[in-house]
Amino acid sequence: MSKYTDHLGRPLVAVTGLGVVSSLGQGKEDNWAALTSGTSGIHTITRFALDNLRTQIAGTVDFLKESDEGASALSEKLASLAAEEAIAQAGFDTENFGGPLFLAAPPVELEWRNRFALDALVKSEGEPGYDLLLAACRRGTQEAMFHTTEFGYIAERLADTFGTRGLPITLSTACASGATAIQLGVEAIRRGESDRVLSIGTDGSVSAEALVRFSLLSALSTQNNPAHKAAKPFSKDRDGFVMAEGSGALVMESLESAIARGANILGIMRGCGEKADDFHRTRSKPDGSPAIGAVRAALDDAGIKEDAIDYINAHGTSTPENDKMEYLALSTVFGERISTLPLSSNKSMIGHTLTAAGAIEAVFSMLTIGTGTIPPTINYDNPDPAIVLDVVPNVKREASVSAVLSSSFGFGGQNTCLVMTAEPH
Amino acid sequence: MQNNTVVITGIGLISSLGEGADAHWQALNGSAGPRIDSETFKPYTVHPLGEVDWNNQIPKRGDQRQMETWQRLGTYAAGLALQDAGIKDDDALCSTMDMVVAAGGGERDVTVDTQILAEARVRNDLGTMLNEKLTTELRPTLFLAQLSNLLAGNISIVHKVTGSSRTFMGEEGAGISALDTAAARIRSGQSTHALVGGSYNSEHPDMLLGYELNGMLKADGWAPLWQREGTSGGGIVTGSGGAFLVLESAEHAAKRGARVYAAIDGIYSAQIRRKREDLKETIAKLVGAASADRPAGLIVSGATGAHGITATEKAALDVFASAAVRGVAGRIGHLREAQFPLAVGLAALSLFHGAVFPPIDAANEKAASGGLDTALATSIGATRGEGVARLVKV
Repeated sequence: MSKYTDHLGRPLVAVTGLGVVSSLGQGKEDNWAALTSGTSGIHTITRFALDNLRTQIAGTVDFLKESDEGASALSEKLASLAAEEAIAQAGFDTENFGGPLFLAAPPVELEWRNRFALDALVKSEGEPGYDLLLAACRRGTQEAMFHTTEFGYIAERLADTFGTRGLPITLSTACASGATAIQLGVEAIRRGESDRVLSIGTDGSVSAEALVRFSLLSALSTQNNPAHKAAKPFSKDRDGFVMAEGSGALVMESLESAIARGANILGIMRGCGEKADDFHRTRSKPDGSPAIGAVRAALDDAGIKEDAIDYINAHGTSTPENDKMEYLALSTVFGERISTLPLSSNKSMIGHTLTAAGAIEAVFSMLTIGTGTIPPTINYDNPDPAIVLDVVPNVKREASVSAVLSSSFGFGGQNTCLVMTAEPH
Repeated sequence: MQNNTVVITGIGLISSLGEGADAHWQALNGSAGPRIDSETFKPYTVHPLGEVDWNNQIPKRGDQRQMETWQRLGTYAAGLALQDAGIKDDDALCSTMDMVVAAGGGERDVTVDTQILAEARVRNDLGTMLNEKLTTELRPTLFLAQLSNLLAGNISIVHKVTGSSRTFMGEEGAGISALDTAAARIRSGQSTHALVGGSYNSEHPDMLLGYELNGMLKADGWAPLWQREGTSGGGIVTGSGGAFLVLESAEHAAKRGARVYAAIDGIYSAQIRRKREDLKETIAKLVGAASADRPAGLIVSGATGAHGITATEKAALDVFASAAVRGVAGRIGHLREAQFPLAVGLAALSLFHGAVFPPIDAANEKAASGGLDTALATSIGATRGEGVARLVKV
């Protein structure tokens, strides 16, 4: 095991650039200030009508021009802002990055506004429906609309903007997507395919239809008032997650190459682990074995024991199911120590940024390693007595953190965990 | 780092030609024409699915109900591939098996969408109307049935493949990256065995709309793949189907005595900016790299039929004179995310049989004779993404 390789002789993967956008703001500085001061970005939705909706709150990003231009445009913009920040911090050319792109992006569809616009072109010609929408297309192509429905479009634009190399990968592992984008990047560096990668998780897909879909699955908090109190992971009265938007980007490189070019090392992406669940589409296996397997796989991959972990950046969605299952998994792996090991959920403040969550939370985990500040879990007023955790309640904490576990779990049996550590000395 | 040989030990195919690797091989060697439907979605043509007994691979009705057709197709094809590889119901192998699925989005509820479009014509409060309709009309589980990563989720549930689960998106490129990533992981020792593939349901108006926004569908009936330039519409005829492959390291396959179809020797991919970079040159470069040391006897082309792109691919492939080219979309239709897995699967099947199947478009594809030891598969995306795989006889 040399200075540049891990316990399995693989290249160590350094993180040299971080970028983030969330409802708390744009950039690491603003986000970190808000996050460590316990500020919530959750608010009443203004993007679309709220009539008939049981949930009327979200952590949407409303401060961009693209905020009202649909999921594709906003997801691209969010990714682009985070990527630019990360690449610039790493000191690479923001127009010629030169490594592959791994993008976690939300599934996209033709938006209702566009369906209505298509129908308006032909409504004198017959009954509304798909036949007529198709007829409208035959009158002339709708290239702009077409782009918004293509899953590969955002990555193509980003690849073009930042000069990434090769065929970019767009992926979705539901709420674990951001972590998977990072995992794919780590694996590419370990295979020696590139000395640098750009991994991004982005999600700007909050719309009425998206909200209704989650609502129909009873996944969302309906505690609309006050909005900032709705996301309360690990609390007794938690009643669902709060949809949110944002993006996190990481530039990762082989440690050897980062040191050779004199880059500032922010930390090491030490290990990644995953395990799929075959129990149910939205529920986890009752014994928590897949989540347990993912945590253990990440620790094994990192080559460290659970007692080396100083802090857990939890998935902590604030749904009754997730938080219970996550506690089961973590208490199984960490044993007694879990009740005193600092753990917090960023989602208490920024909500659940879905596809972006794993990447945003990795960015915040790296900032915890870098600054020695653990962001709190806010709205922790009524602890769930069945979940005995030190959630860093309501107020940030200063601590020396050299190893973080970040967990991500998603619909469809997705479980992915990351282990991040400080730079080895 | 290891440098394992990556072999294909399972091929799961379902399409308008039927189901299973054997049925596809027989159909491709038979004399029947393509199975098409030019009426249901007139003026568009699709290659429809035949009768499928979903119970064969998805035994629980409850599971079937939780999936839209593309998910069912993929789960079905995945089951066929596992069965073909002798892995199905082997808990030890399935629970450690990696999975990369290339997926688009699922099918929307046509009835609900139509209702909303109708209401929109008579209401001014579109936002309120949308909420009213969506909250009362949407089937709660539809979301999961159309969610991209739930094809993989369903494969985990039905077939117990749980080593890992990753879903790649991005049309044809997703299929290229899925195979590339799974093969690269096995080659380097990051994985020992993996299930890779995708599926597509052409028989849904929302799927057609996705292409037709950009005028990409052939609008005047079927024509042979290489003869669509200048015809009405954009040239693409989609097909319903699924294609999944089981990939293993040669060592892993040998240890369990698995039958090997072929080895994946290399996957060469790119995504050029087609507005300013030369596609023909790029295809030539990829194919050239894939056949640098020995010429391929067969190129299974995943050409989409899209005007311009398809002609460019043909021109590029024709330069490689020793190879017989077979454009499989001319027989099965274009399967988008599943197109590359399909083309790779058919190339592997050809190598296994040691023969090139007869021309699909005899006016534009030459006959081949003699043995076969190297075959390529291509997928040149209708809009973006270019990939070529090289397979060799084992």
